[in-house]
Amino acid sequence: MIRLYDYVLSASCYKIRLMAALLCVKLEHEAVDFHPGRAHKSAAFAQLNPAGTLPVLVDGDLILTESTAMLVYLAQLSGRDWLGPCDPKSAAQVQHWLAFSGRLAASLGMARLHDMLLYEGDIDAWRAQGHAALRELEAALSERRFAGGVWLVGDAPSIADIACFPNVALSQDGGVSLDAYPSVRLWTRAIRALDRFVEMPGIHRLHELRPAPEVA
Amino acid sequence: MIAPEVMNEWYPVAMAAQICAGQRRVTQLLGQPITVHVQDGVIVVTGQAGPLHVTEAFGHVWACPGTPAHPLFPIPEALETGRRLVDVGVVRVKCSPLRAVENFLDIAHFPFVHTDVLGAEPHTEVNRYEVQIREDSDEVWATKVTFYQPQAAKSAEGGIVTQYMYRVPAPTAAVLYKTCPARPDAWDVIGIFVQPLSEELCDVWPWMALYDDATPQAELIAFQQMIFLQDRSILENQIPRLLPLDPGMEIPTQADLTSIAYRRWLKKRGLTYGAQMVAA
Ligand SMILES: N[C@H](CCC(=O)N[C@@H](CS)C(=O)NCC(=O)O)C(=O)O
Ligand SMILES: [Fe+2]
Repeated sequence: MIRLYDYVLSASCYKIRLMAALLCVKLEHEAVDFHPGRAHKSAAFAQLNPAGTLPVLVDGDLILTESTAMLVYLAQLSGRDWLGPCDPKSAAQVQHWLAFSGRLAASLGMARLHDMLLYEGDIDAWRAQGHAALRELEAALSERRFAGGVWLVGDAPSIADIACFPNVALSQDGGVSLDAYPSVRLWTRAIRALDRFVEMPGIHRLHELRPAPEVA
Repeated sequence: MIAPEVMNEWYPVAMAAQICAGQRRVTQLLGQPITVHVQDGVIVVTGQAGPLHVTEAFGHVWACPGTPAHPLFPIPEALETGRRLVDVGVVRVKCSPLRAVENFLDIAHFPFVHTDVLGAEPHTEVNRYEVQIREDSDEVWATKVTFYQPQAAKSAEGGIVTQYMYRVPAPTAAVLYKTCPARPDAWDVIGIFVQPLSEELCDVWPWMALYDDATPQAELIAFQQMIFLQDRSILENQIPRLLPLDPGMEIPTQADLTSIAYRRWLKKRGLTYGAQMVAA
């Protein structure tokens, strides 16, 4: 069984929970006391991930500490549908958005940790960098829309979309509004409408479009 | 000028374990800067005009910026042996501290905000329950509350009809008692302790005293944080931001009996910090 070291409020952990749900991959969850316990900074946890970050994914002797690598791994295991087209240009664009998701975490993600869990740092700079990243995303998604597309790369949702989605959808938690980014908003709706979509606190499924699943 | 009734109450200002571990918390109470730290082995809270009254209870440090009108309220269950006491950690919310408490008292939002966990459609109806202001303790109590819950607690296996009691023992604190899935004869106890940073900003400290020997600590914390963070986005979008205490406004429905009692109780006692007293 694949094991995810997980924290319920982490956008990066949610990336992996969402991807696994969409792919119907079952994960074993190990809750880490990120807040208030800061267990990810403990000596014991450093054995697993010297960087002291979440998530961590473990499958046998494979240990992954970058969420983007985890997306690639889960998508490769599940028939490659979510890896994006494999022509050179598309493959490079997928890599671009995987790396770009790190910029979202370092800006929107930090603004959120500041506003919500009292992380110390330069909130104005984080928000400004967040807006700069959102402008880039808006430009790219608008171009895709004008060309009749919905997703970041290719004609189907891919790991590129899943990598960027969580911190964008949670931007309001860090005091960054999506009001000025209509294409981004439409794209988040498209992701929230996917079959097998799962929620996290602050990100809801599209109540308006689909009925709630039957309660088990 | 803040009313003396407000100044003479107790407010949570820190998690005791973090301060005892040597952290220094520079924060705010009722709009004024304060510092919480350990000095010569005791926890002190210092404001601009000097030290505040301090007490430690239920895992948290409480301070009174005026002259305490009464001792901090008790939670006798916190002392029972066998309970797990869980400090859930701080969450900052851009809302009135009174709104944070009121939301905690409201059951009607469960199916819509805590979907498939604390409530689920079509089980949206709130049955009749009893609300009173207890004269001896001067607290708001709601009793005989029942609600269908798909996952009432981390330890719950499947849906149950949960019984609740709610209690407001201080202007910015609320405590609930709910059916304990592991021990049907006992109540689980969950509190939210709200630190009013200003009238529109608060630090919220959820806390639990549970009978649950099985669930790892990190999972208990994660469960409660998940619930509270679902509330956070709702709280930050409430309009008006201050809690209306003018009776003409926002007439609550049947489900909100506790909220009506809480608002009356605040008004009667002059606890209006975070409240809107005139129609906007
Ligand atoms: N390695 C990165 C780390 C992601 C990340 O920044 N995770 C946050 C939680 S959302 C974290 O663990 N932060 C702790 C820290 O950086 O000290 C990834 O997997 O995307
Ligand atoms: Fe709630």
